Amino acid sequence: MREVILEIKDLKKSFGEHQVLNGFNLKLYKGENLVVMGKSGSGKSVMIKCLVGLMAASSGSIKIKDLDITSLGQKELDVLRTEIGFLFQGSALYDSMTVRENLAFPLRRNRDKINTSQTTEEIVLEALKNVGLEHTIDLMPSELSGGMQRRVALARALILKPKIILYDEPTTGLDPITSKEIIQLMGTIQETYKTSSLIITHDVDCARVISNRMILLIDGTNYIEGTFEELSKSGDPKVKAFFKN
Amino acid sequence: MNGIKSISVKTKHFFEEIGDMSYFAIRFFKEVFSAPFEWKELIRQCYQMGNRSFILVGVTGFILGLVFTLQSRPTLLQFGAVSWMPSMVSLSIIREIGPVIIALICAGRIGSGIGAELGSMKVTEQIDAMEVSGTNPFKYLVVTRIVATTLMLPLLIIMGDAIALFGSAIIENLKGDVSYILYFNKVFDALKFSDIIPATIKSFFFGFAIGLVGCYKGFNCSKGTVGVGEASNAAVVYTSMLLFIIDFIAVFLTDIFY
Ligand SMILES: Nc1ncnc2c1ncn2[C@@H]1O[C@H](COP(=O)(O)OP(=O)(O)OP(=O)(O)O)[C@@H](O)[C@H]1O
Ligand SMILES: [Mg+2]
Repeated sequence: MREVILEIKDLKKSFGEHQVLNGFNLKLYKGENLVVMGKSGSGKSVMIKCLVGLMAASSGSIKIKDLDITSLGQKELDVLRTEIGFLFQGSALYDSMTVRENLAFPLRRNRDKINTSQTTEEIVLEALKNVGLEHTIDLMPSELSGGMQRRVALARALILKPKIILYDEPTTGLDPITSKEIIQLMGTIQETYKTSSLIITHDVDCARVISNRMILLIDGTNYIEGTFEELSKSGDPKVKAFFKN
Repeated sequence: MNGIKSISVKTKHFFEEIGDMSYFAIRFFKEVFSAPFEWKELIRQCYQMGNRSFILVGVTGFILGLVFTLQSRPTLLQFGAVSWMPSMVSLSIIREIGPVIIALICAGRIGSGIGAELGSMKVTEQIDAMEVSGTNPFKYLVVTRIVATTLMLPLLIIMGDAIALFGSAIIENLKGDVSYILYFNKVFDALKFSDIIPATIKSFFFGFAIGLVGCYKGFNCSKGTVGVGEASNAAVVYTSMLLFIIDFIAVFLTDIFY
């Protein structure tokens, strides 16, 4: 039995009358790439935000490394969050800061989390090198293209060397070639750092390349689980809808 | 019937908003005194606010002094009371007009800027990103800004008042042959601590109001670019209203205690 690193049980979330998640379950095993697919507006971002405590779930339990995040205090939650990398749907770079300051930001309070022989500058440079963007270090985010922003955001998400990475639609809004680069980068990261990743997407190509296992989020629940092969051959019309094009 | 319903909905909404804002203010007081402190960001904010508004405040103050003196001259002349000009101008500018006008200008300049900046950070998930990277965004963004406006506004107001008096002195010097030394001697004769202290205390509250409302509106901005515009706009409108309410209370209290 493989080690479960993150577990969502019966997660429910509603906004007023609007029930977005209605009993969603998920297990992320150590070292795997789990893809969650769902239509736009199906609550994928809501799910992943509940996961890191950015939104409070209406009910259900969320465990990361056996810690129930709904019962953690702010301090403990912050500690736990340093072990999680989060890539936001829209990159979410701080637009009043340079790329250097963006990458150094997570290090401000958590400098001691990673090996301390390097200076902050060296850590930042190394992270940028990993995504092939050393030359942008003094630029503002607004001076970068969308794809470059995504890569900088990825570098920022990885700067504390997290063991779990959450990707919210890493390839949305990018052209196919840039998407491919990002997907490759995600693969490389997983191999080098042996991370466990939860990837939210509705990009079938991305899912095919990166996923070890997939979950479809339909009607607020985990509708079906399986490998890409299994799901793409499914006869269920709701499942089929994701794969035809 | 519909009209009454819509008024009652609006009233309810208004009071909810006040409740939310009070909660926001309480949270500010909880977090402002607890470690860790974001000194660097606080100083950066103070610098930026001062830097961005001092020319605006200076120009406004200067024109205020000029115009106010020019306008009151004929009336004072009629009564042969033109020698009262320095004391009248200084009292009214320092006690009332200076703080209120400069605070209103700053509400437009600083308050709307805070509303728009935090609003767009909220919409583009930068605030969420800050939170997951282990930095408390309320401390880093909100507390620093509110403290910065609270500290900077009195400074800007004192500067604006001084420039306004200088503007007034120029007019008196040109039109009435009053030397600058005489003008300012009269000003300092007329001013008492009981004029300056309440005005200064008031300006701290003005600064607090500008920061609080701007941050509240930005931090609770709704999704989309429309939300950002609304946040920045609402910041100015609500702040202006709040400034007058604070002013009224301040004048009322001053009247009782002095
Ligand atoms: N803060 C909020 N307040 C109210 N409703 C919300 C809020 N956030 C999300 N929702 C609603 O929850 C639903 C799911 O939103 P979510 O952002 O999770 O979709 P998504 O699956 O990530 O879609 P996309 O692929 O477009 O990103 C939407 O219908 C949205 O209107
Ligand atoms: Mg989403």
